[in-house]
Formats: sequence, C-alpha cells, structure tokens
Amino acid sequence: MKQTVVALAIMGIGLSVAQAQEMVVKLGSVAPLTGTISHLGKDNENGARLAVEDANAKGITIGGKKVKFELMGEDDQADPRTGTTVAQRLVDAGVKGVVGHLNSGTTIPASRIYNQAGVPMISPSATNPTLTRQGYKAVFRTIANDVQQGGVLGKFIVGPLAAKTVAIIDDRTSYGQGLADETEKAVKAGGGKIVAREFTTDKATDFNAILTKIRGAKPDVIFFGGMDAQGGPMLRQLKQLGVEAKFVTGDGGCSPEMIKLAGDSIGANAYCSMAGLPLEKMPGGTEFRNRYKARFNADVQIYSPYAYDAATAMIKAMQAANSTEPAKYLPELKKSSFPGVTGTVAFDDLGDIKDGAITMYQFKAGTWAAM
Amino acid sequence: MEIFLQQIVNGLVVGSVYALVALGYTMVYGILGLINFAHGDLVMVGALTALQTMMFLMGVAPGMSPIAMLTLSLLVAIPVCMLLAFTMERLAYRPLRNAPRLAPLITAIGVSFLLQTLAMIIWGRNYHTFPQLISTTPLQPIEGVFITPIQITIIIVSALMMAGLVLLVTKTKLGRAMRATAENHRVAALMGVDTNMIIALTFVLGAALAAVAGVMFASNYGIAHYGMGFMPGLKAFTAAVLGGIGNLGGAMLGGIVLGLVESFGAGYIEHLTFGFLNSSYQDIFAFMILGLVLIFKPTGLLGERVSDRA
Amino acid sequence: MNELALAVPWLGKRNPLAARWLVIAIAIGAPIVAMMFGRTWVRVLDFALLYILLALGLNLVVGFAGLLDLGYIAFYAVGAYTAAFLASPHFDVHLPIWIVLPLAACFAATAGITLGFPVLRLRGDYLAIVTLGFGEIVRIFMNNLNYPINITNGPQGINSLDPIMLFGWDLSRNIQVTEDLAINSLFLYYYFFLACVVGSIIFIQRLQISRVGRAWAAMRDDELAAKAIGINTRNMKLLAFSLGATFGGVSGVLFGTFQGFVSPESFSLMESIAVLTMVVFGGMGNVAGAIVGAIILSALPEILRHLAVPVQNALFGHVLLDPEVLRMLLLSLAMILMMLLRPSGLIPANAKYSHIRYLKAKGVTE
Repeated sequence: MKQTVVALAIMGIGLSVAQAQEMVVKLGSVAPLTGTISHLGKDNENGARLAVEDANAKGITIGGKKVKFELMGEDDQADPRTGTTVAQRLVDAGVKGVVGHLNSGTTIPASRIYNQAGVPMISPSATNPTLTRQGYKAVFRTIANDVQQGGVLGKFIVGPLAAKTVAIIDDRTSYGQGLADETEKAVKAGGGKIVAREFTTDKATDFNAILTKIRGAKPDVIFFGGMDAQGGPMLRQLKQLGVEAKFVTGDGGCSPEMIKLAGDSIGANAYCSMAGLPLEKMPGGTEFRNRYKARFNADVQIYSPYAYDAATAMIKAMQAANSTEPAKYLPELKKSSFPGVTGTVAFDDLGDIKDGAITMYQFKAGTWAAM
Repeated sequence: MEIFLQQIVNGLVVGSVYALVALGYTMVYGILGLINFAHGDLVMVGALTALQTMMFLMGVAPGMSPIAMLTLSLLVAIPVCMLLAFTMERLAYRPLRNAPRLAPLITAIGVSFLLQTLAMIIWGRNYHTFPQLISTTPLQPIEGVFITPIQITIIIVSALMMAGLVLLVTKTKLGRAMRATAENHRVAALMGVDTNMIIALTFVLGAALAAVAGVMFASNYGIAHYGMGFMPGLKAFTAAVLGGIGNLGGAMLGGIVLGLVESFGAGYIEHLTFGFLNSSYQDIFAFMILGLVLIFKPTGLLGERVSDRA
Repeated sequence: MNELALAVPWLGKRNPLAARWLVIAIAIGAPIVAMMFGRTWVRVLDFALLYILLALGLNLVVGFAGLLDLGYIAFYAVGAYTAAFLASPHFDVHLPIWIVLPLAACFAATAGITLGFPVLRLRGDYLAIVTLGFGEIVRIFMNNLNYPINITNGPQGINSLDPIMLFGWDLSRNIQVTEDLAINSLFLYYYFFLACVVGSIIFIQRLQISRVGRAWAAMRDDELAAKAIGINTRNMKLLAFSLGATFGGVSGVLFGTFQGFVSPESFSLMESIAVLTMVVFGGMGNVAGAIVGAIILSALPEILRHLAVPVQNALFGHVLLDPEVLRMLLLSLAMILMMLLRPSGLIPANAKYSHIRYLKAKGVTE
C-alpha cells in the first residue's frame, strides 16, 4: 500500500511539472492483457497507442494550449466484473475518452460506468448489438456488429453457397448465440430452411451426439456460432462421422488457431467471416502495417486498425470542438466523418459505424484466404 | 436406424472413457469413503504429459513409428500420474484421514484446482493439438454407421484394463488386502495388512487408469488443455454412483449407461419433450441421474453400500 | 460483534470494548480511506460486503448445520434474476426494492427447500456432489431459458436493472451536496450494503444462541444423538437450507442492482467454490471467520491484480503469472493448507458451540 502512495505522489509531481509546459490529456485503453486472448488485447492497445503518438508528433493545440496525449493501458482480463472495476479506475484517473473494451461481455457492463461519468467510449472490437442499443449517448464502435455480420453470413450461405438446408449450432455464450440467431434470421429471410438447431457449450469437446443428429437432417451447410477451440475439434468429428456438408463459422473461428486445432480435417469446404476488411484492402492498411511493425516490432493481429481509428476519432473531435471536455466534444464525435485506416469513420444514430464492412474467407492452401 | 446405431457407437466411446475414470473414483471411495475430486484432473495431467513426451520424441526421433511413440508416451504419462497420486495421498489426504468428514473433501477440491492451475502455468491456457497417432479415418461396418480405429481401440483398451483390474482385485493377494482394508481398516491392519500401503496403492492404480483414459480421450478428439479433466471427472463420478459406488462392475456399467444416456439424450430430447427442451441441456443429464439415483436408490444399480454410512 | 471484536489481534483480548469501537470505526471509515487510493477500491469494498453476505449465509449451512453445499451460488443467481425480472426493462416491470428484496428472499428460500427436501437423507460428500449438480442445473437453465419462451434472455443476460431507490434517493447517482462536494454513489451503496450486513450479523448471532442454533450445533456434531434427544433433524436441515438460501437471494438482488447487469457466467461453479473457501479460510461455524475470510479473499485478488504485474515486471522483466492464475493458486492453496494446518480456520469458532475445539481439548481425534 505504501508503495502505491509513493507512486501516486510521484505521479502527482510528474503531472504538475508537465502541466506547467503543456496540457496533458489522458485517454484510456482497455483490453485483456493477460489470459488466452492477451495477444489480441495487446494489439488493441498498440493501435490506440500509435494514434496517440501520431497526434503528439503532429503537435496539436486545443483551446490555445499545446496538448500532449497520454494513453493509460488497463487489463480487464475479459472478465465482466474486472471490466467494471477497471472502468472505474479509468474514470477515477480522469481520462477524457476510452478505447475499448475487447469483448462484448465486458464492454456492456463497463459502458454503464463510462456513460454515468459522461466519458465517451469507442470499442474497436465488441460486436454484440446490445452495446449500442442501451440508450447510452457516449458509446460508439468502429467495427460492424453481429446483426451486420449475421446478415452477411446468412446471405453468403443462401447466395454463393446456394444452400437450401442449413443446420445451426451455437455454443451458448453471449457471442455464439447472438451471432447464430442473427445468421438464422438472415438464412430464413433468404429462403433457406433451418433443418436443425443444436447447441453445445464453450467447454465441450464431444459433439458426436449433436453432429449425428445433424447428419440425419442432411443439411447443405452447417453454421457454427462459437470459438476456434470448439470449431477445430468439431471439424474433426464431422469428418469422422462422414459428414460432407460445407462448414461456415464467424470471426471466433476465423483464426490460425482454428486451422491448427482442426488438423487435417479442414478443407476447402470451410468458410469464415470477419468484421472489417482484410488489412491489404483497407485504404491505409499497408502503410499502417509497416508503421505498426516498425514501432512495435510485431504484426498486426486483427483489431488494432480499428483501435487506431477509434482514438483518432476522439482526438479529431476534440480539435473540432476546441475542447478536451467530454461534454463539449461529444457532439463533434457524433458528427465524425473522416477517412481512417479502415475506411470512412462515421457513426449512425446508435453509435454504430456506418457501412461496416464484413469479409468472407475460405480455407485455401493452409490459411484463410479472403474471398 | 443408422442414426440410432451411430448414437450407440457415440455413447459407447464416451461411456468407455467414463468407465475407466469411474474405476478410480470407486476404488478410492470404496476404501476411504472419500470423493477424490482431483481424480478427474489426473486425466488431464496424463494427456498433457503424454503430449509433452510426444513433442520431445518428434524432435529427437522424427521417424519413429506411431505405435512406438504412443507406447513410450504412455510409459511416461502413467508413472507421472502414479507419482502425482502418491504424493497427493501422502501430503494432502493421509494427514486428514481421521479429521471431520468435511475436511478431506474440501482439501480434495483444493487439490483439483491446484492441479488445474499448475497445469495452466506449465502448459498455458490454450488448447493444444494432440497428435492422432492411431488412424481417425472412419470405417463403415454397417452402411451409414461410422467408427474410427481409435474409437475401436478405446473400447477394447477400456475393456481389457477393466478386466485386468477385476482379476487383480478378486484373484490376487493384493486384491484381497484391498478388499479387507475397504471392509475395515483396523481389522485389516490387525490381520497383518499394511493398510497405509494398500491405500496408497489404490490411489496409484486409479491414477494409472486415469492416465490411460487421458491419452485415449485426447487422441480421440485431437486436443488437450488444462481444464479437460474436470467435467469428465464429475461425470465419471456420477457413473460410479449410478453403478453403485465401491463396486467395480458397477462403475463400468454406470459409465457405459451414462455415455449412452448422454448421447441419446442429446439426440432425442427435442422429440421427447416436443421441442421444449433441446441439446443445450445435454450437461444436466448426468446431474439429474446423480440426484435421482441417490434419492431413490442410493445403492446404485449394482452396489451394496448405502449412502448413509455412519 | 463480540466475536469480531475478540478477533482483533492483541487488543481484542485485553480491551474488548475498545476493540469493538475499533471494528465499528473501521467499518464506517473504510470507504473513506479506500477513496484515497481511488474509487476503484471503494467498488472493491462494495463487492467485499456482498461476499460477506454470501459467506454469512453459506456459513449457516456449512458451519452451523454441517451440510456441505457446493451449489450455493444458485441462490445468489435466483436473487439476481428475481431482481432482473421484477425491476428492469426486460419484462418492463419496475417494482421498488422493498418489494423485490422480500420476494427474492422468498424465492430463494423456496429454492432452498426444493433442494433440501430430496437431499435430506444424504450426508457429507454425497450431499456435496448433489448440491454441486443442483448449482450447475440452475445455471444451465438460466443460460437456456430464452427458448421456446424468452424468460431469462439466455447467455445475453439482462441489462439495465433498476438502481436501488431509498426514500426517493437513487443510490446509483452521486448526491450533490454543494457545488464542489458530491457523495459518490459507491459510498451510498457501501453504507446500504453495510446496513444489510450489520442486520444479518445481529440476526445470525441471535439465531446462533437460540434453540435453532443449538439444535444445529447438536445435529452437526452428532446427528444420531441429536435425533435421540428429540430434535427434528429434518426440519432443522430444511431451515438451514432455506435460511442460507435467503441470504444468497438477498445478496443476489444487491449484486444485480449494483452491477446493473446479470448474466449466467457470474454464477459458475468457481464462484460457489470461492465462497466456500472464504468460509473455510475464515473459520467454519463462526460469524467473525466468515467476515474476515470474505474480506481477505475478495480484496486480496484485487490487490494482487494491482501489484502482480508491476512487481513481476520489475523483478523478471516480464509477467510470469497472470493475476487470474495467482488468484486460482491462492484459492486452492488456501483450501488445502487451511485444512491441513489450521482446520478450524483463521478465527476458530467460539468453544461454546464448536465441536472441533471441544474434541481437541478432550484429546479425541475422531
């Protein structure tokens, strides 16, 4: 405890020195920095950091003062309760805006705290539709949500894959169920028939019983709403049961991990979707990748371009409002419209990104290839 | 019809693994009256140790035949699990043998979580691919019913191990000592049985079975990770209770029955409940059966022991 | 309160009265001190109070009545979901907390009796495993009852629960005293929860020395003897289950309204085990033990989380153990070592009602 006090005191002195020269504006970044998806979390933080550093390099003045942006990176461990604790910590620290969180499950409860404090929050990766439908004015996201993704998946299944009959499985998590339900709706809307709706859990390893049942229904396409850890073994068991239907999954299965876990059971009949464009197809993608690599000596994982755009949107709104106060720059944030790395950044009435892109991938030559 | 037969195959494969793990529970419970919660996690330790060995072997001798590699990795995994079980019994359970009943149970839960945490530290949280050294290309003995060589191996190996165990317990001197200790520690000790040794041996034997179960489980699904043992462990315990705890034949029967119930349950629950329930309730069958058996027939299908042991 | 005061190191035995005031002062002053380190820590304290309520309830079942319940979190879930059904936009019902709280308590108690009835005959480890199953069944139903009729909203959980309104105060809003001075909502919650905890402690201590408490102690120590002296063990067990469940239900309501969001992932087996560890760690059958156990084991992980990463970075240059891993390590070791080295917990139960001490004093081990 004592150390904390000392640390706080030192930080306090540091701040007051800095304030004498320029105005320090803190932005928060929250993502799981420990645990299974820490690589994605770090990627998000790096994206936001790059945006902050770019702004500092340009030398921005707001309200007549030179502004130095600082990024506070926090770890929510992908756990809802930790997420709210960390959110509180950021609000306490007086951040003017937050880029995060990564998962929908943590973002939704945390958004309530930001909203109460009036701190704008932009998630670069949480895709659950509920997030922007809570009536919170200060909540945004720079990535397409599950309604959009499910819609694209559904159209893809009945369109290019020309499926008449579809079986749908989900893993009973907030993510998997949400995506599966949206896909089901879109398949039905496109004239496809749902011949089986089955369920598993995010801890299961044996799917033989439900897959056998699905085999009896003879679907053209099997859609799985869930993560790679289940998707991989599921592909193996499908092969062992002699099922030849096409296999489609969402972004949770659109990973190298999925390919690894499926072993030799994955083939050209496996497809997945990912919110956003592949990096090569983003307007500023190639440049972003090179700069990211040069700065962090790491490769872009998935969401860092979206985190970059989220942080940039906040900084641009502050400039437009000529104020760093959330209440003042929030209206400008709503009106954002600028060319970002991922495309044009503009929000609709709910706070969702306008015209969010979704890309379909097919398994080809040992990797997911954009279609 | 082929769907029905396929579900039987699915149930038999899962059930064989449950049965093998259930034996460990039932032996320990029979002799100590303790639910060794950590037994399921030995399955995980077995699988991950074997995986580690295979990785090592692949690095050292890339051309090794799959059967040899599987055998060698089992030869490492089994002693590791046995040693672990021995240590567990010695350090965590033996000092509490005469403590109030709740104490060893709470310790057992603690040991289970400790094993998972340590495995998480050693092997990380990610799922690992487990080399499928026995072929997984499906055969079709009957048109429309698929079974893979690894699944056949699982059923046969389980049956053999169980038969071996039954022989050990019923025909050998060691087995007699185990039964005597289960009957009554003190009297067994008076008759010249080293009960401490027998109890440790019981743990160690169960651990060996768990290690084999772990390797087979991981080979069948092609994956392994730190939490893979907990749920199958709980279900195997259910199987042991279903068959009649303390009874070896009961554990096997219970395992197979539970496997079949789960597989048919997931396959047919929707029709049986007119669409009200569906396969999302697959995991409750084990717990429902457990509750019902304990309430209405606490002795299980084959057991003689009563739950209300004073 | 007496037990808690006595448990204060050094001072407790010498000057119980002073110790008592010290405990009161700490309880009242804690959030103000915590505030100095940031509002986060006030939130941690709020959660600690919720865990105290849970631990107190579970202690009734495990510590007083000697029934090992591994599915206790199910009652917490019943309470939280009751609040979500009756005070949120989900069904568009918005009942005040004064109606929700007793209703949730009733539902939880009913759930406790429903669980209690069939398992009356079971003892010890069998009971443990059946209650574990019960907890999982409840969670699985919560997770899946969005089909065919949407009752629980499934894995998505229920959002925007109504905040607690006390005499026209909205606990989720800061109270603006003057232009610059505001009382943060976290403080309001803290004192409201504290009031609930204090009420519970008084209730439980009265209960402990009542006929019921003594009957439980008798039943726990020797069921056969208890029956022989005319204690209706069936009713006593049911009472333990339902009372324990009531506490779970009440803290569930508080949790739901405080967090504003309930989803089935909050009610996993791991949570049941965590609460059990609190009771065991603090000392079974003892109010002070449950409280101290709950505070330590709910706050320590937060402190670890805060220190683990920077300390490890400073020592090894990178993070060796995640805070989450440390938490699991801590919980499991607490369970094992406590049972082996100090089976009666950090604060052993008062000798008058405890079997362990009595037996030890008599040199009996079994």
